[in-house]
Amino acid sequence: MSEPRNSRRTFLSRAAAATTAVALAGCDDLSQKPWVLNLLGRVEHVTRSAQRLFAGTSALAPEFDRSEIAPVFRANGTLDPGTPSYEAHVRNGFRDWKIEIGGLVERPYSLSLAQLQALPARTQITRHDCVEGWSCIGEWAGAPLKPILLQARPKPSANYVMFYCADPMSDGPGAPTYYESLDLVEAMHPQTILAYSLNGKALPVANGAPVRLRAERQLGYKMAKYVERIEVVESFDHVRGGKGGYWEDLGYTWYAGI
Amino acid sequence: MSETPNKESPAGLRALSETWEDGLARVRMALGLKQGGPRPLFYRHTLAVRLLHWSNALILLVMLMSGLQIFNAHPALYLGNGSNFDHPVFALLGGTENGETVGITQIGSWQFHTTGVLGASEQFGQIVPRGFPSWITLPGLSPELALGRLWHFAFAWLFAINGAIFAAYAFLSGHFSRDLLPRRADFVRLPREIVDHARLRFPKGESAKHYNALQKLTYFSVIFILGPLIVLTGLTMSPTMDSAFPFLLFIFGGRQTARTIHFLCAFSFVAFFPAHMIMVVLSGPWNNLRSMITGRYAIEPEKGNV
Repeated sequence: MSEPRNSRRTFLSRAAAATTAVALAGCDDLSQKPWVLNLLGRVEHVTRSAQRLFAGTSALAPEFDRSEIAPVFRANGTLDPGTPSYEAHVRNGFRDWKIEIGGLVERPYSLSLAQLQALPARTQITRHDCVEGWSCIGEWAGAPLKPILLQARPKPSANYVMFYCADPMSDGPGAPTYYESLDLVEAMHPQTILAYSLNGKALPVANGAPVRLRAERQLGYKMAKYVERIEVVESFDHVRGGKGGYWEDLGYTWYAGI
Repeated sequence: MSETPNKESPAGLRALSETWEDGLARVRMALGLKQGGPRPLFYRHTLAVRLLHWSNALILLVMLMSGLQIFNAHPALYLGNGSNFDHPVFALLGGTENGETVGITQIGSWQFHTTGVLGASEQFGQIVPRGFPSWITLPGLSPELALGRLWHFAFAWLFAINGAIFAAYAFLSGHFSRDLLPRRADFVRLPREIVDHARLRFPKGESAKHYNALQKLTYFSVIFILGPLIVLTGLTMSPTMDSAFPFLLFIFGGRQTARTIHFLCAFSFVAFFPAHMIMVVLSGPWNNLRSMITGRYAIEPEKGNV
């Protein structure tokens, strides 16, 4: 091989390596730029529309056989809220736990755990998909959310349902608690339930006792645990960080169907 | 690959083109780059193929790197619907041995140390547990699952659209049936071609104008098997898509198996890349690169023909 050819190859490979390095550093830089995040984030709406086109409002998430239930259902996020008031609820078996249902509704009301458990129930063996990539199958029992919401008579301007939780997400007083939101399509879905039982037993503390949300067509972070207040809203732009949920405020997409 | 336009172009244009080629040959000679012998240029790749090739290369790079960032959030693979956390089929583990952070790669029940690259690698000058190292993930730092997902799901659309445009073009233009679809004769020729490739003897003359059996099989598998497979296994990981198309779970044997296949597909693309590069370099890097940029490919004359 002649000399110029060699140096040309060296040059070409160096140029390629340099281009790659610049491109990659560029992508990291780009990830910091608001307009890029905006553009990438806008794809979320395209994805949601496309998925809704195929899944519609009522296609059911697959349900599984009892034999597929995981021996231990992995708990993630908060494992124990640990606040004095929550500890008190644990000690008396959540007898005084109440879920407030309010916001853009004509008849706000509250449900005790016993009242919730007295409502018609749905039991479903479903797959829980964590945003991290793992899945776990468990049997959930709870009351479908749709009749609970309809009972409160949502106003026509209602668009989203917010779920406020008892678990603080950092230490110290005034720490933000977990919260999430669903749109009406997911909130009214037949498999969307306020679950109080996992694998035939009362919901464990690590999995959200006494009541957690199950929204089976969504990723795990949408399914708020330790639910104590439900609020119907028109928009969540002015709720906390404005993105509709604890993780959403930290950069995760609001739509978690993928 | 289409017919050489020289045949169709008017005589004046042909003369111009020949003058241009002659001039280029002189420049090459002056620079010491001249290979010797006339090498007719053949119009190999259409503009559509060239554009779609390069956009796909860029999209795949972003998909791979953001995908590895997502993988780092839970660097383990399983089979079935749920994750059997105690028995992953593949895992990148970060652990501690004698007070030092070590990276361990686990395949089945077989474990080996991969500190520095897999399982644990450098971030801010320190060895920390992380599946794939920062230089191959997008964004580079970890944990950046949210951002990795933004990049991955935005470029997933581009990947699917780019692939769909290519498929439509290939079917409508005849590129698929003429150049890419392997035929019976290709399978007959295959053993001989493998030997020829191993001896670095590449097609010359007329036969260099068409993809050989190995190329057809490779391009066909990568574009029309690997491409759709990686899209479908990706969709199978989406809980909403599973409600819309439950048969996806049936086809791939559960969400976690689909995730494992998705990962294997990604690494098949990765494995294709060095093979692709080696063949490009061995069979004439500049000629190949030019043909994918300008479309024109120089044909090496067969022996005794010059």
